[in-house]
Amino acid sequence: MSPQKLRVAFFVTCLGDQFFPDVAECAVKVLRRRGVEVTFNPDQTCCGQPAFNTGYRDEARTVARRVLDLFNDADYVVAPSGSCTTMVRVFYPELFADDPKLAESARQLGTRFYEFSEFLVKVLKAQNVGARFPHRVAYHDSCHLLRELGVSEEPRALLRAVDGIEMVEIKDYRLCCGFGGTFSVKFPEVSVAMGQDKIEAALASGAEYLVANDSGCLMHLASLIHRQGAPLKTMHLAQVLAQT
Amino acid sequence: MAETGVQSAHIHERARAVLRDARLQDAYQSSTLRLYGKRLHGIEGVPGFERLRDRGQAIKRDVIEHLDTYVDQFAASVERHGGQVHWAATGDEVCAVVREIAERAGVREFVKAKTMVGEEVELGASLAAAGIRALETDLGELIVQLAGDRPAHIVAPAIHKTRQDVSDLFVEHLHSERTTEPERLTAIARRTLRESFARAEMGLSGANFAVAETGTIVLVENEGNIRFCTTMPRIQVALVGIEKIIPRLSDLAVFLRLLGRSGTGQKLTAYTSLLTGPRRPGEDGPDELHVVMVDNGRTAALADKVMREALYCIRCGACLNACPVYRKIGGHAYGWVYSGPIGALVTPQFNGIGSARELPFASSLCGACREVCPVRINIPDLLLHLRAEAQKHPAPQASQGAARLERASMRVWAWAMQRPWVYSLGGRLLRLAQPLLAHQGWIHHIPLFPVSGWTEGRDFPALAAKTFHERWKKIQK
Repeated sequence: MSPQKLRVAFFVTCLGDQFFPDVAECAVKVLRRRGVEVTFNPDQTCCGQPAFNTGYRDEARTVARRVLDLFNDADYVVAPSGSCTTMVRVFYPELFADDPKLAESARQLGTRFYEFSEFLVKVLKAQNVGARFPHRVAYHDSCHLLRELGVSEEPRALLRAVDGIEMVEIKDYRLCCGFGGTFSVKFPEVSVAMGQDKIEAALASGAEYLVANDSGCLMHLASLIHRQGAPLKTMHLAQVLAQT
Repeated sequence: MAETGVQSAHIHERARAVLRDARLQDAYQSSTLRLYGKRLHGIEGVPGFERLRDRGQAIKRDVIEHLDTYVDQFAASVERHGGQVHWAATGDEVCAVVREIAERAGVREFVKAKTMVGEEVELGASLAAAGIRALETDLGELIVQLAGDRPAHIVAPAIHKTRQDVSDLFVEHLHSERTTEPERLTAIARRTLRESFARAEMGLSGANFAVAETGTIVLVENEGNIRFCTTMPRIQVALVGIEKIIPRLSDLAVFLRLLGRSGTGQKLTAYTSLLTGPRRPGEDGPDELHVVMVDNGRTAALADKVMREALYCIRCGACLNACPVYRKIGGHAYGWVYSGPIGALVTPQFNGIGSARELPFASSLCGACREVCPVRINIPDLLLHLRAEAQKHPAPQASQGAARLERASMRVWAWAMQRPWVYSLGGRLLRLAQPLLAHQGWIHHIPLFPVSGWTEGRDFPALAAKTFHERWKKIQK
């Protein structure tokens, strides 16, 4: 245990807030179990990625500016999403490139803004968070987390330390699941075909649960699985780590 | 006849058609995976491959940032060695230059190596209209030409054709015996091509690299046809995209190691030709060398300080093989001669965003392309940049309604997201309406654009009964 209590401002993300509050609650539970003091600023909404991803930079900027202000004083911000973390850490500095002051404050926030698994392993130096989950699990690398933030070992280390878990790797585990933000509705047929491959690979691995750290990918995959009635369940990493 | 112009507006229907075609799915999937695997195998155990990529990127950055100087240096070097330099601002000008060279020499038929710039300017069709025939000598290009297709891949133009397809084409057009054995098919092509090489007066190629300090045209290939095209005929013509320049001959040590491995996993391609000037007295080779410096949208691309990074591309095709979207929709869906992630960048760059507005959106932005790019082009970031450009331009007539609706909803969304009370109220209103659509936590069909696309092949999860905002009040300590 760290000598002084770390304070974390939780960024729930709009998807987490509206669709997956369970995931968010699990993340808070795990952070508290590790002795972290979690705060929540109720004025938060979205990071602005939907607009940025679709090319509406002015709209993205107005929403992103609020995030800079809201978390200006936070020691750490933690989000249960690699994609929203990428938005803040990688894309905010780009979004505010024309305004040196905002760009610097974006860069600053980026150094304090962490994805959930990354925060546990890199900042809290935790791997075993005292979870028990006796099931066969495959981890799906979400692309922003994997390629923009370079986080792929951290979630696996956390999962491996879970009591009773059996980890399997799925074929082509680095391959995109086809969500891609607005890509999923602009090119639904391609998005679905890519998701289909991912589900087939997961089924072939014998996994009962497909685990990821991004609500976007999980929503896309769960939606496909539900339509098809495939024998596979999806879970956010925070949900697995909250099981005891 | 192959299609002409930029057909990128049709990407949606073309993608759907390819997704429904099991044969094409298999062809694209197996070929891209094979090439992707070959690249991985090819770079394995190469010491400092990542540093080589850094070096390649740095050289290309220097070239693109100082292109005016390097272009002049290259042209002067070509002329110093007795070559003639022609300048072509547009595709039509490229075709006109080649036509004039051919007509002056009385050439009615010439042998042509694989050149993407040639495809780009639709050289074959343009010269055919003037009664001059281009004979494709690259096996893949020959197949594509016989099929009346466009290349489906930068490196492997006939990637979408199976052995059976090739057999059918050869029987129909070359009147050959029927066979699906690759060796015999190659032999048939070779037989046809050898005759062409022997009688050709003019040979035309592109350029993989153009060395500024020496005026050398560098060409890499596996079939040997390019060497025939560039050395047997009396007249040699090279189409050089102005971004193909590298400063020094020694830079080739970097790019040759990157190109073969990235494209096909080869240490070096079977043939690497370095051609400097026409033949000198007492030597073999062409009497005349014509170098056509091709702009065709490149200086316009250069004007955009962000997007110019796409001009670093050395056309290895690795990003196509790595791209999960390309693997699904294939090359022709992109609607022009360059496809895949790099095609989604350069098609709007060279032709204007108006004609290819959909392309930057045809990506899940997964970044697999950037991971394999030998010169580290930040493709997903440039695609995001192009999306912003696309939104500044009017949508095509057919999708204007949808575009207006999207813009309006983004504005409303941004307005709401700045006001926590609106965000919260909006969530509550949606929850009130939700029972009309949701059944046991899932929505089967959402009749509302643009979310309607989601439920074409997926269900949609219902909003949670209570948001985290609401639940926080209970769990906060």
